[in-house]
Amino acid sequence: MGGVVRNRGHRIYRVFDHTADLGLEIYGSDVGDLFAHAARALFDNIADLDTVEGVIMRDISVSGADLQDLFINYLRALLGWFHDEDFIVRDVTIHAITGTHVAGTATGERFDPRTHTIRHEIKAVTYHMAEVAEVPSGWRGRVILDV
Amino acid sequence: MSEIKIEKLDECRWIIPPVGGMRVPGLIYSSRELMGDIGTDESPRQVANVAHLPGILGYSMAMPNMHWGYGFPIGGVAAFDMAEGIISPGGVGYDINCGVRLMTTKLDYQEIKSEVADLVGALFRHIPTGVGSKGSLRLSAGEEKKVLCSGAGWAVEHGYGTPQDLEATEDGGVMEGADPACVSERAVERGREQLGTLGSGNHFLEIEVVEEIFDDDAAAAFGLALNQVCVVIHSGSRGLGYQVCDDYLARMVKHIHDIGVPIPDRQLACAYLASNEGREYLSAMACAANYAWANRQMLMHWTRETFEKALKRSPRDIGMRLLYDVCHNIAKIEHFIIDGRNKTVCVHRKGATRAFPPGHAALPERYRPVGQPVLIPGDMGSGSYVLAGTEKAFSETFGSTCHGAGRVMSRSQALKISRKRSVGREMAARGVIVMAKGKGTLNEEIPEAYKNIDQVVDVVHRAGISKKVARLRSVGCIKG
Repeated sequence: MGGVVRNRGHRIYRVFDHTADLGLEIYGSDVGDLFAHAARALFDNIADLDTVEGVIMRDISVSGADLQDLFINYLRALLGWFHDEDFIVRDVTIHAITGTHVAGTATGERFDPRTHTIRHEIKAVTYHMAEVAEVPSGWRGRVILDV
Repeated sequence: MSEIKIEKLDECRWIIPPVGGMRVPGLIYSSRELMGDIGTDESPRQVANVAHLPGILGYSMAMPNMHWGYGFPIGGVAAFDMAEGIISPGGVGYDINCGVRLMTTKLDYQEIKSEVADLVGALFRHIPTGVGSKGSLRLSAGEEKKVLCSGAGWAVEHGYGTPQDLEATEDGGVMEGADPACVSERAVERGREQLGTLGSGNHFLEIEVVEEIFDDDAAAAFGLALNQVCVVIHSGSRGLGYQVCDDYLARMVKHIHDIGVPIPDRQLACAYLASNEGREYLSAMACAANYAWANRQMLMHWTRETFEKALKRSPRDIGMRLLYDVCHNIAKIEHFIIDGRNKTVCVHRKGATRAFPPGHAALPERYRPVGQPVLIPGDMGSGSYVLAGTEKAFSETFGSTCHGAGRVMSRSQALKISRKRSVGREMAARGVIVMAKGKGTLNEEIPEAYKNIDQVVDVVHRAGISKKVARLRSVGCIKG
């Protein structure tokens, strides 16, 4: 396991080893917090977020069959923004979340090779060993990314 | 989770006896040394998981390059009954028809030794590589759909190579049944600017030299000679293939839930081959496979041009000829004899290569006496093997063998242990000139991150599921 990545003292996520790919274990005080941190964790592995500004706002609304499916679909949708429109997410604020639907607002900007540093080419969010669970310290999610 | 029980069958094979919902046993081709590498890796469990899927025939198999994938292990081979079996996008992988092609030349290494550095630099400039790299081509959606239907043939028709190249490509460089209507607009869009690009990660283009020949007859049939300069290209279907896999996985996760088939891991989501979902995935997968073949054909064409310009020699003097092109992430409808009867099955090869025997009708005539050329790239800078397919592979592994070295170390672990090293300089000291676009690429791809290719190939050779023909050593490499 790698070290825990924190933001203003809050535990966000850590990378766990998976032979071919990149595993993320994400933490949150509640489900909404977990989803917000998951977006941050995904993009922290795509680009150096210190170089990314939240100049563009856009809404996100995703559904899933259950919480785990929702978690993967949500991350797939965010990664899709990067693939289709070169959009890098810096932060997401979750407005509403149920077991099958999530709505929020993302901030970020378009990828610019002159100012942004790419860390990994994340090609897909997999379902393999995906997990969303309530744990004594709050909520924990696991996802394996194909790089 | 319960422990997976693994029993040694012989020097090269390990069995996972069926327990619980497993429909067939697991069968792992490996060696004592390589089994040691598996350690805490989840891949044996993944072999067992695949054995749960409906309609699986024989064994859920894994080749010696086996390592932890998602859903299916990398190095996994599984065949399914056409009537009762399934097709799984996760059993093909995200990079549909990721594969390898090997070109031979008339050049002797000594002739161009002093020019390798210039050649690598020229290739690096002319072949688009790296994260999100875009090709020089801007296809209209209509033209791209022609690529999806015609594969490498589209590229040849548009001046990228010759009809002889198609003869030396698995399936002639085109998979039947491709229907662009089954490919999402989003996948088409992702593919538009990436045709003719190498990509990143473990994809590469290498200049290699034949350093050892194990089988003179097969080497002669393949046109290989000692000290001959060759080129190996490893690439796939880029963003288009990823999007096809992603689209159909999501659809099949829902589908498998709706039809109530229990699966041990969502990444194994699948559909019956005989269902609409299954047929549509096959048609979309064929499109992505064709895109990958066109992609490798174009990369080869530019490699030919670059050699001519950089070495200032004519195409005739260089004589760059395609030896063969194999896919190693694919599902194929193929015919085998099972229990004495002809049977049509769907073979998933995820990080595994087809290895058809001598005499098989799918082989180009000149290779029929010796078997299908099997191309096995090693880790960065270690070179490649050329093997030949065998009867034993045909009867035992649905005509399949390994595909490469296989990772033993995660990318983050590789980055960590190589942080203070100059991998480019280390490679140069070993006689390999390497150029890469990505900052961390060389560190993620350090040789220690992979299994030893010699050990992997030894297993498939000793097990008889392919035989060694030649070993090539790398002298130059470009990566994304």
